[in-house]
Amino acid sequence: MYEGAVQDLIDELGRLPGVGPKSAQRIAFHLLAADETDVRRLAHVLVQVKEKVKFCEICGNVSEETQCRICRDPRRDLALICVVEEAKDVVAIERTREFRGRYHVLGGAISPIEGIGPDELRIRELMQRLASGEVTEIILATDPNLEGEATATYLSRLLRPMGLRVTRLASGLPVGGDLEYADEVTLGRAFEGRRSIDD
Amino acid sequence: MYVTALGLLDFRSYQQAEVELTPGVTAFVGPNGHGKTNLVEAIHYTATLGSHRVATDAPLVRAGASRAIVRTEIRDEYERDVVVELEINPGKANRARINRSPVPRPREVLGLLRTVLFAPEDLALVKGDPSERRRFLDELLTLRTPRMAGVRQDYDRVLKQRNSLLRSAQMARRQNRSSAADGQLRTLEVWDSNLARTGAELLATRLELLESLRPLVSGGYDAVARGKGDARLEYKSSVPLEPGMRSREQLAEALLAAVRDKRQDELDRGVSLVGPHRDDVLLGLGDLPAKGYASHGESWSFALALRLASYELLRADGGEPVLILDDVFAELDAQRRDRLAELVAPARQVLVTAAVGADVPGELSGVRFAVGDGLVSRA
Ligand SMILES: Nc1ncnc2c1ncn2[C@@H]1O[C@H](COP(=O)(O)OP(=O)(O)OP(=O)(O)O)[C@@H](O)[C@H]1O
Ligand SMILES: [Mg+2]
Ligand SMILES: [Zn+2]
Repeated sequence: MYEGAVQDLIDELGRLPGVGPKSAQRIAFHLLAADETDVRRLAHVLVQVKEKVKFCEICGNVSEETQCRICRDPRRDLALICVVEEAKDVVAIERTREFRGRYHVLGGAISPIEGIGPDELRIRELMQRLASGEVTEIILATDPNLEGEATATYLSRLLRPMGLRVTRLASGLPVGGDLEYADEVTLGRAFEGRRSIDD
Repeated sequence: MYVTALGLLDFRSYQQAEVELTPGVTAFVGPNGHGKTNLVEAIHYTATLGSHRVATDAPLVRAGASRAIVRTEIRDEYERDVVVELEINPGKANRARINRSPVPRPREVLGLLRTVLFAPEDLALVKGDPSERRRFLDELLTLRTPRMAGVRQDYDRVLKQRNSLLRSAQMARRQNRSSAADGQLRTLEVWDSNLARTGAELLATRLELLESLRPLVSGGYDAVARGKGDARLEYKSSVPLEPGMRSREQLAEALLAAVRDKRQDELDRGVSLVGPHRDDVLLGLGDLPAKGYASHGESWSFALALRLASYELLRADGGEPVLILDDVFAELDAQRRDRLAELVAPARQVLVTAAVGADVPGELSGVRFAVGDGLVSRA
């Protein structure tokens, strides 16, 4: 244990995902040794991210305006919605340049262990978007792991009776992983080869 | 295949140890509690990523150390050399390297080394809970087809998710929060189909395994007990199965039907009541079950027969496994001891531990190591 502020910093850093106690200590001492201006800049963006960044009222993606860049873009195809777990998956899919529709960010996947069920995800908002009848195809791009698959199954059972074409990314994505870790080519191919779900 | 060298760092009682091994029989002899089992446990861990003594990794790391490293050098059936290094980090992800290159998951090392371990704990295969026999089957499945490690992991994860959901639905009902309970039930069906899919895969491969084991166990029992008694195996599923039901699709449907049948029970109790995690293997001698009826000696013969059958099966697949006999001879009467020694003596590599040199049968004279005070030295 260190005294006061140093220990507070180590504790806060240690609560971040993927940062263990040793890394937290290393980062803390790095910051302690760093230039004051660098540290101030870091502190500033940390505060900004909370103050400025909002979530798009349509798709749930991170955005600096009420609607995100993608939802505001008139060239995007309104008939297609790609459903993803997290905003970072939008970035991964955009990199492939395969998809010209819009997104819907769920905010996670169904996982009873973590207390996450359909009501904790942005599924109600998705249903509201479908009410206008513009959308004809939903691509389920949840992570290729058990929770992602379960979420896709749940959604397809909900959506298919509505007469929509529901597709799932083709296999070939590394199983058990996160979508964001798939490389562009693999992810692009998975998009190209998407299949209708009919279980 | 055989192990050519073992290197340990902070594994169990060893701060550091290096042992060079040869094909044929090697015996580790030394007083109780000096680290003989620790050595062979490290080799078995490399093959199975599990210990035969503990369910978690923490006890494998030397007290006071933060991680253990096990390096196993293997010469495979094509005379190729493979070096497997495992870093055991309790509470964090373990890491593995194959021929010095890191691999994404420790699971990738499964299949490089195959072992069959005989130990005093084996008596629990016959006398113990169903979980012991399930573990026996699944460990053997993974040795034969490493892919099954992934299936088993998926199944366990589905179970955890499903049990968690059943428990919160139970809670919601008790607190009369009926809309919450309804919401949870809607997702339950999704987990039902996941349970059926992964469960059917596990069930199908277990049933296939049992078919192949059956004649070998009966033969093994005959060999150990010299023709006395007729050892039988039968898979007892928590899912009602029609005879001859073998395909994944049929089994998945049967599982799904069984799950729907038990819906109310499961909701009342808040746990998953059907699936491969509730199954058992019935061991019978003649017309009687072994558990509760067989004598101590007969139970030992059965346990040995199960291990010998595993050895035969893996050998028939190609890639003869390394045999490990941890302290078993002291447990057996003279007749069983001699039969076992005869049966294992021709194997490519046999590693034996014993507290007293005289416990190692004459057929198994080979290289000897003395184990004492943290040192392993050629005797
Ligand atoms: N994580 C650990 N850290 C330090 N020492 C350990 C650890 N785990 C086990 N030991 C020690 O290792 C010893 C047991 O070693 P092992 O089981 O290999 O004995 P053995 O030679 O096989 O004995 P026996 O003849 O009784 O079977 C015990 O003294 C135990 O305290
Ligand atoms: Mg021992
Ligand atoms: Zn948007």
